[in-house]
Amino acid sequence: MADSFSIEDEMNSRRRFLVAATSVAGGIAGVAVATPFMLSMMPSERAKAAGAPVEVDIDNLEPGMLIMVEWRGRVVWILNRTPEMLATLETLEPELADPNSEKDQQPDYAQNRTRSIKPEILVAVGLCTHLGCSPVFRKDIAPEDLGPDWLGGFFCPCHGSKFDLAGRVYSNLPAPTNMVVPPHTYLTDTRLLIGAESKESA
Amino acid sequence: MSNGLNSLKEWIDKRFPMTSNWEAHLSKYYAPKNFNFWYYFGSLALLVLVNQILTGIFLTMHYKPDAELAFRSVEYIMRDVDYGWLIRYMHSTGASMFFVVVYLHMFRGMMYGSYRKPRELLWLIGMAIFFVLMSLAFTGYILPWGQMSYWGAQVIVSMFGAIPLVGDQLTLLLLGDFNLSDATLNRFFAYHVVTLPLLMLVLVFVHILALHEVGSNNPDGVEIKENKNPESKIPVDGIPFHPYYSVKDIVGVIGFLIVFCTIVFFAPEFGGYFLEHNNFIPANTLQTPDHIAPVWYFTPYYSMLRAVTVNFLWVDAKLWGVILMAAAVVIFAFLPWLDKSPVKSVRYKGPIFKFALTMFVISFFVLGWLGMEAPTPLYTLLAQIFTVIYFAFFLLMPWYSKIDKTKPEPKRVTK
Amino acid sequence: MKKLRTFLFVLCMAPLSVFSAPPGMPLDKAPVDTTNNASLQRGAESFANYCLTCHAASYMRYNRHRDIGLNEAEALDLLVKTGQKAGDLMLTAMDEKEAEEWFGVLPPDLSVIARSRGADWLYTYLRAFYRDDTTVPGWNNLVFDRAAMPHVFYELQGEQKLVVETVGGEEVESLELVKPGTMTVSEYDQYVADLVNYLVYIGEPAANDRKRIGIYVLLFLFGFLALSIALKREYWRDIH
Repeated sequence: MADSFSIEDEMNSRRRFLVAATSVAGGIAGVAVATPFMLSMMPSERAKAAGAPVEVDIDNLEPGMLIMVEWRGRVVWILNRTPEMLATLETLEPELADPNSEKDQQPDYAQNRTRSIKPEILVAVGLCTHLGCSPVFRKDIAPEDLGPDWLGGFFCPCHGSKFDLAGRVYSNLPAPTNMVVPPHTYLTDTRLLIGAESKESA
Repeated sequence: MSNGLNSLKEWIDKRFPMTSNWEAHLSKYYAPKNFNFWYYFGSLALLVLVNQILTGIFLTMHYKPDAELAFRSVEYIMRDVDYGWLIRYMHSTGASMFFVVVYLHMFRGMMYGSYRKPRELLWLIGMAIFFVLMSLAFTGYILPWGQMSYWGAQVIVSMFGAIPLVGDQLTLLLLGDFNLSDATLNRFFAYHVVTLPLLMLVLVFVHILALHEVGSNNPDGVEIKENKNPESKIPVDGIPFHPYYSVKDIVGVIGFLIVFCTIVFFAPEFGGYFLEHNNFIPANTLQTPDHIAPVWYFTPYYSMLRAVTVNFLWVDAKLWGVILMAAAVVIFAFLPWLDKSPVKSVRYKGPIFKFALTMFVISFFVLGWLGMEAPTPLYTLLAQIFTVIYFAFFLLMPWYSKIDKTKPEPKRVTK
Repeated sequence: MKKLRTFLFVLCMAPLSVFSAPPGMPLDKAPVDTTNNASLQRGAESFANYCLTCHAASYMRYNRHRDIGLNEAEALDLLVKTGQKAGDLMLTAMDEKEAEEWFGVLPPDLSVIARSRGADWLYTYLRAFYRDDTTVPGWNNLVFDRAAMPHVFYELQGEQKLVVETVGGEEVESLELVKPGTMTVSEYDQYVADLVNYLVYIGEPAANDRKRIGIYVLLFLFGFLALSIALKREYWRDIH
């Protein structure tokens, strides 16, 4: 009786081991099969090619003017700020949620008051960080609808968020963070590359 | 922990028949203990079905059912989509392997008499699955919109035109245009990804339900339910499907996957049999390729279609070809009533049946081979001869199965 | 029953070797090796120099050539004459309508030509042009009668003419080099081999990855098979 019991015990432990080993192998197989399926859902080579960095010539961008370019299907603003506009940035800082751009919404080289490489040129993804509407560029000062304190900036018509002329968000409004500054670089003094830090890393 | 699991189980069982279904279909579903190699193909067919559905879903994320874009979108999947090539090859190889597995599954049934009473309905549901599978293969083959897709479909659709009176109207209804076009591609896509897979899933579900009602046949053709343990009411020759056949089927699944993956990774075109060379040329409505043949799994029927060359009884050769081809598929459904042998399994059937079955298998392969070749007078003659043999297997069965010298069936299953 | 099973398997496997070559002239075997990056790069360069003018490879992107050891800058440098981006498809500059008027047919896209024609056919075809003044382009081809394409490698290969001999009552066609080109015969064979190798590569750029991954998959499956057989045997000890 005792003998047969121990044989059965041994059988059971062998069986348990084999079940566990097969389950692990099956699990590995499952993950290995799932991986290429998941990867196939990521942006394809075509999407990557369409989302390649964009070159923009800003030679004709007059001070105070804003142009929009498309990068990865999203609108990117390029704004040439006048000295008066730049002066508002410091004035407005007490009203901003993240005046020093501490949250990771920009490359390191744009973590400054103007949030840009060249002080006057702002490059930013023109989408509100709340729910993705595209804010309106309002450079008019103290308009009726935005009140007498408005010194120019971006106003989101969807849910009323406000940003200053460096894309920094006003505090106590729906949008949680400053607008995104995409990676960009100057190939020449007036030739801007949006979407990459250099031509090679593109 | 185990207490918590137990109470969760109870909670569910009060609301959903979880444990009772588990027992009825797995842990207390008793299958004969003498299944052999041939009994792997049922679970393998299910595996391939799952493969086709999963890979199919991911392919539809990138494929475009548009005559202008379809060919390009397949190459897009092959190149620009990360691992798209793998998913596409799994699907294209799966299509061919589906037929390999299903043909072997059907042959198993023919050897061991699995279509006989009380499994007639199970067999008929299986036949319905086979028709749906053929339709799925046909509609799927059109989607890459290569030369073979286009001209193969052209040939098949033209067959419907042979039907008297309604043929022309039926063809228009199928095509949705006056020729094979974008409209046709678009609707075949709908059939291939929605209509037919849904139908297939329902039929497979019903097939398994019917199987579990009557119980599995086995290589001896003995009914294990007729010999139950008087106390436990469990068939003495039965063993619970789970764990015994679930662990055994894992072996079958992995063995199959080794074959499957060898093809997917090392020979996805399979020498032009699974992916035909001419289908790497975009469809050209003005130029038929020099030689067209359907994919290998349709070629036995295709050569029967071509074998009829004479008009007969006011019906022209074209229609006879179509009738013969349809009959060659449908005739399987009559097997339960054609077989008059007192025993089910080939193990106890006589020499005539063994000879007839061998001849049937040979004719199936020869017709399959002829269907891929360009017709010559000799080949057409061969196709005619083997078509006759193919049908003789079925049509003479009521006679030869009765006079055949059978061995007595055992009472219990043998090893 | 065992016998029948073996018989079935033999039947299953037999057809593979028996019939695959199309009828007609015997084809020379193309020395394809898609792991030979040097050959593929040479092939890519001649493809860009000679083929891409009229034929597109429009399913292929320039930056895909990382497979054959070319980074984006190198690929653009080797393959592109005018400003294109690394992610662009390899299109031809030629207008489709114009091309059709010019050649009578639109020069086909070559992305998957090696998959429809086969490497051996391409290898033979590109070496089988001969002078024939009765055709529009002035050339004909042994494996593709009245091909619309002129002999673009004329300067490299030189000029061949058709020789028809009667051997044992049957006409045998062969080619003879009558005006040598800038390359020797073996140099030209190598040149075409590189080009065909490249065409095979662009026919399925993922092929090398496929085979590499396949080895790991099979190794894993064989291990899994051994494990599952052990598990099955363990359980089936219960059944007598």
